[in-house]
Amino acid sequence: MSTQTLTSVNPTKQTGSAAGSFKKLVGNRIGSAVALVIAVLWTVPTFGLFVSSFRPESEIKSSGWWSIFADPQFTLDNYQQVLQGSTSTNLAVFFQNSIVIAIPGTLAPLILAIMASYAFSVLEWKGRDIVFVAVFTLQIVPLQMALIPLLRIFSGTAIADMFPFLSLWTAHTIFGLPLAIFLLHNFMSEVPKDLIEAARIDGAGHVTVFLRVMLPLMLPAIASYAIFQFLWVWNDLLVGLTFSGGSRTVQPLTAALAAMTGDRGQDWHLLTAGAFISILLPLIVFFALQRFFVRGLLAGSVKG
Amino acid sequence: MGFFLYSKNGQLILAVLAFLAVLAALLLLATAVDRVRGRKQTFLMAAVFGGPALLLLAVGLIYPAIRTMWMSFMDKRSDEFVGFDNYAYLFHDGLQALGNSLLWVVLVPLGSTVIGLVYSVLIDKSRFEKVAKSLLFLPMAISFVGAGIIWKFVYEYRGAAQDQIGLLNALITQLGFEPVRFLQDAPWNTVFLIVVMVWIQAGFAMVVLSAAIKAVPTDIIEAAKLDGANAWQLFTRITIPSIRPSLVVVLTTICIATLKVFDITQTMTGAEFKTQVLANEMYDWSFTYGDNGIGSAMAVVIFLLVVPVVIYNVRQMNKNKAVR
Repeated sequence: MSTQTLTSVNPTKQTGSAAGSFKKLVGNRIGSAVALVIAVLWTVPTFGLFVSSFRPESEIKSSGWWSIFADPQFTLDNYQQVLQGSTSTNLAVFFQNSIVIAIPGTLAPLILAIMASYAFSVLEWKGRDIVFVAVFTLQIVPLQMALIPLLRIFSGTAIADMFPFLSLWTAHTIFGLPLAIFLLHNFMSEVPKDLIEAARIDGAGHVTVFLRVMLPLMLPAIASYAIFQFLWVWNDLLVGLTFSGGSRTVQPLTAALAAMTGDRGQDWHLLTAGAFISILLPLIVFFALQRFFVRGLLAGSVKG
Repeated sequence: MGFFLYSKNGQLILAVLAFLAVLAALLLLATAVDRVRGRKQTFLMAAVFGGPALLLLAVGLIYPAIRTMWMSFMDKRSDEFVGFDNYAYLFHDGLQALGNSLLWVVLVPLGSTVIGLVYSVLIDKSRFEKVAKSLLFLPMAISFVGAGIIWKFVYEYRGAAQDQIGLLNALITQLGFEPVRFLQDAPWNTVFLIVVMVWIQAGFAMVVLSAAIKAVPTDIIEAAKLDGANAWQLFTRITIPSIRPSLVVVLTTICIATLKVFDITQTMTGAEFKTQVLANEMYDWSFTYGDNGIGSAMAVVIFLLVVPVVIYNVRQMNKNKAVR
């Protein structure tokens, strides 16, 4: 796969590489210093939030988080309040909502897109390329364009009352599909045609080819898209805010946190702990599966 | 049965099961189609495999987008045709949002790309490359809301008499200056919000550009060196042109993402203090003031701003293919 060759390191001398010339230009010392400054700027804000979330409320509100180095004081009170406290500060219910939204919101577009990309890469039918370009083009339609009419399709219907998460699942599925089909189609097109032909000649039907040949080969691609979509759904605010109609029953964590910054903008003990809870799961997913994530990113953008 | 219908986890499990049932039904249908002979088979098979996704896109994306365009020419409850009135609003009272959005669209892609490029070059083949990459890349996993809170804390302002709890104001007062109201004082507050988006997007730029730099053939560089090119010439005449396709992709992708982002203004300033942007204004008009006319017009304007960027991107890609 071409993405793998892109990411692999060329075992050449430093000065001979494209980057080497630039480093020589700025000088190795200065270069390292600049890189270090950027790295610090990119991590200190998150670190400050993390440290603060473990400081007592009175401390957070009266002194900067860096004072822990002189006067270390830690507590789990903030987390207790955010996870088990009274209704107004309790985020546990929203954490659950986010999970209930994110799992089908990731699975559904993933599976539908795997199937669709089979139709767009292996099967050869008239008009296929035009339809594929149309789907590709849909990527540029901003969410905002579809929001209100899609919302109206659901509002007031009995099924939406019965299953309050249905509209959120559907919205995330639809908004995720164009990119999913595009990405997975790119991967699937790279599978050698001979492999499929061989299986077909052996008498395998399309269902067999799809399940036995394609799916196992597609696993890395599936993993990278699944991570994308999960992070996207988990981190989304716009869909969560508009499709939940502000109701506690379905609102995701992001929407609850955004509301909290408005209502309790000075309650930094709650905001820091709440924010950290919301970024914990994405960070775990991200660090555990970074390899797949990077590969998906490169496939989506470099190949075009 | 009650568990599945009346509890959240139950509904979650029910949804997954229902979805798997649909999937099984589709595969069964495909098995039946497998027995059909002749030219019809491929077409039927494509309908079974691609049909559900295409149907969802038609109902959930194409139809709503067309409807939004139509609504943008109607009054706030979509009862009466008002022509271009909603768009006219944008060029009177919406100028603030339009101007700020343009500033975002220029500064975020530029800032993220420059930082991503410089950083990826500096850490290239260093001992800490992997760790260094993760550090810059980490904000990509964080939601805009989370990033908003993180940076709101960095920008936090207290009166000069109090101890500062925000990192930046602590540094500023430590140096003997007055604390700054980063998020309240226009026009710089918009720039401070833009910093947050740069912080999130730089990792993306870095990953893509780093891969591109590693793919530049070393023999070109050696050849240029033999011809007596200095370091600056190597960088500007060899490296930059070689990674140009990736640069275009990075710039345009970030540009599009920036046009659509409303979470940062929503979380950090509530779009007050003259920080309004188009995507946030679209939300405000549609969901806070209940005016679907102006809200839809805003959505259409965002769409119209995205289109030229995408066209440019596609044309560049075709050009590169032609060269190869």
